[in-house]
Amino acid sequence: MAEATISATGVGKRFLLHHQRATSLKERLLLHRRSTSEEFWALRDVDLRIGGGQTVGLIGPNGSGKSTLLKVLSGILAPTTGRVAVRGRVASLLELGAGFNGELTGRENVYLNAAILGLSRGETRRYFDDIVAFAELEPLIDNQVKHYSSGQYVRLGFAVAVHVSPDILLVDEVLAVGDESFQRKCLTKIAEFQERGCTILFVTHSLDLVPKVCSRAVVLDHGRVLHDGDPVEATERLRSLLGTAADQSGGAILGPDRPRFARARLFDPTTGIHKGHYSIGEPMVVDFDVAGPHGAPPVSVRLAVTGPADVPLWVMDSDPLVFGPDGIATVRFTVKELPPVKGIFAFAAALRDPGTKVTYDARRFADAFLAVGDSAKGIVEVAWTAEQVETPGEEERDRAAGDRRRSEL
Amino acid sequence: MAQTQSAVDARAAAQTRVRFELLVELVRKDLKVKYKNSALGFVWSLATPLLYLIVFTVVFTFLFRGVDNFPVLFMAGFLVWTFFNLSTLTATGAVVGNANLVRKVRFPRIVLPLSSVGFGGVHFLLQLAVLLAVLAVFYRDAFGPQLVLVLPALAVAVTFTVSMSLLASALNVRYRDVEHLLEVALLAWFWATPIVYQATLVRDRLAGKGLSWLFQLYMANPITAVVVAMQRAIYNHPVVKGQQVLPADGYGFYLTWLGVAAVISVVLLGVGLWTFRRLQADFAEEL
Repeated sequence: MAEATISATGVGKRFLLHHQRATSLKERLLLHRRSTSEEFWALRDVDLRIGGGQTVGLIGPNGSGKSTLLKVLSGILAPTTGRVAVRGRVASLLELGAGFNGELTGRENVYLNAAILGLSRGETRRYFDDIVAFAELEPLIDNQVKHYSSGQYVRLGFAVAVHVSPDILLVDEVLAVGDESFQRKCLTKIAEFQERGCTILFVTHSLDLVPKVCSRAVVLDHGRVLHDGDPVEATERLRSLLGTAADQSGGAILGPDRPRFARARLFDPTTGIHKGHYSIGEPMVVDFDVAGPHGAPPVSVRLAVTGPADVPLWVMDSDPLVFGPDGIATVRFTVKELPPVKGIFAFAAALRDPGTKVTYDARRFADAFLAVGDSAKGIVEVAWTAEQVETPGEEERDRAAGDRRRSEL
Repeated sequence: MAQTQSAVDARAAAQTRVRFELLVELVRKDLKVKYKNSALGFVWSLATPLLYLIVFTVVFTFLFRGVDNFPVLFMAGFLVWTFFNLSTLTATGAVVGNANLVRKVRFPRIVLPLSSVGFGGVHFLLQLAVLLAVLAVFYRDAFGPQLVLVLPALAVAVTFTVSMSLLASALNVRYRDVEHLLEVALLAWFWATPIVYQATLVRDRLAGKGLSWLFQLYMANPITAVVVAMQRAIYNHPVVKGQQVLPADGYGFYLTWLGVAAVISVVLLGVGLWTFRRLQADFAEEL
């Protein structure tokens, strides 16, 4: 078994911040003595080895060097110190449609882009139909790309990037662009790559996603590796770094006198630890803290678990909650067994008056959890059988056909 | 993902090494983009040599009395000059023009200037084919054993063009002046090359002033060596009506200067590759 890896040894990246940048020979001559520049180390002594089908989250505050590291690892930027060694094909989802030429048709661009990403023409031909189908662009594939909408453009770029069968996938904040269905598609694709044993390194700012998707996380701060290991621990360290450890609420606050969701927690009932990555059939528990003003009327919580295209898979309603003296009520939804449906699910939670059904607060928790199973079996597990049956003889079939003809008349 | 180690390495290499397939794909793109919205498309680039032949025949037959069959002499040098000129100028903007790709995608950057040379090369080959087809009808003298001289001449031309393209494309990323500088330099270079006039003219003038050594310097221009060799191969009349049109009758002169040009080109190719490799690490930052 061959292992595709990216290893970085003592990698440092220095940028020169020119106060007056000489971009022409004239300026170069004139600025020869006066040109001042400041050194800035975007990365310092980074030792990292990723491979072995791990999914590694790369997190850190803004400007901590995440994107620079990704670019150095993918060979776009050369490290100032240290070295980077790559084994295997690297595809990155930071370049969606970067090589496209507007004058060419979608078909021509697919071939061109795939060639740039290292595919032979034969390989591209093999993947071509899948790429077009994935991008949902069959009717437009022979149109010039300049006539595509930006969504179509990104879809085609994404389709090419994920179909080059990479060994290592680099993902930079793709989850921040595109609409929800596109994001979900990305996550589904990532789950698919994970099952195929592809090594994934992805940069993200959505810390909730990290423990859900990653088996390992790296925290960067000021260009140095602060933590490399357990993803839950990584997000905690980053949260404490960002000073947001306690505050996970956010979202809509609908005035001080109305009940609202204060906090949601998703965990494994057997261990009590936060968990976003489930196998089907496992139990799952969600707690919601609801804050209400003193003397507020009782409220009930309706929780819908939604799958692709925001279709509610099932809906759970709580009994009316009574607020305690601290103005907080907690409701716990327990799912004894996750149904045999795989994918990425979201929660849509609503806080309602049990009598009038007036909604006080509604929140959507996108990409709340991931349920995995054997993807070769499709997304739904259904009880089914397959058996060999006796086929009717030829005469019998003819007679049946004759009967049908008669009945049609 | 059970696969051999070599398959993994091969896939890694496919993203960093220059692959012929990728070059072909890029040249194809450039050609398609260039002729996308023109009704006649490719015919335009084929029509160019024909048009030149007609114009020059008219001008030099009726207006000026030049060397016999001057249009043939001119085209023999002009086509290969156009290849050099077009390739180098296209290559100069190749890295800068594909900034989007360079900043975001892992691929061997050197294919960008190389594909520009490929683009110029495709045009050149087609135009040469058109020229030879026309000559097959109107100028049978071109077809003889001396035509083989085209092959070493083109080998030198390609090597030299690649080396200049690598240098120009890499330097242009840091100093955008290169593009403008090159345009001016190429214009001067055109006139320093015996395309419109004959090399013998330069030789005789310089000899008259006792500056024969300067002619050696003049011939050391690799493009000049290529051009006179092309003229010897296609025009094929060193002496016309007692006038020495081409610098020498035999092939020794041409092969010697092609040899000199080959040495210069190979050295420059080394310099070009070294420069490109050295500068490409900073491309993504400079763009």
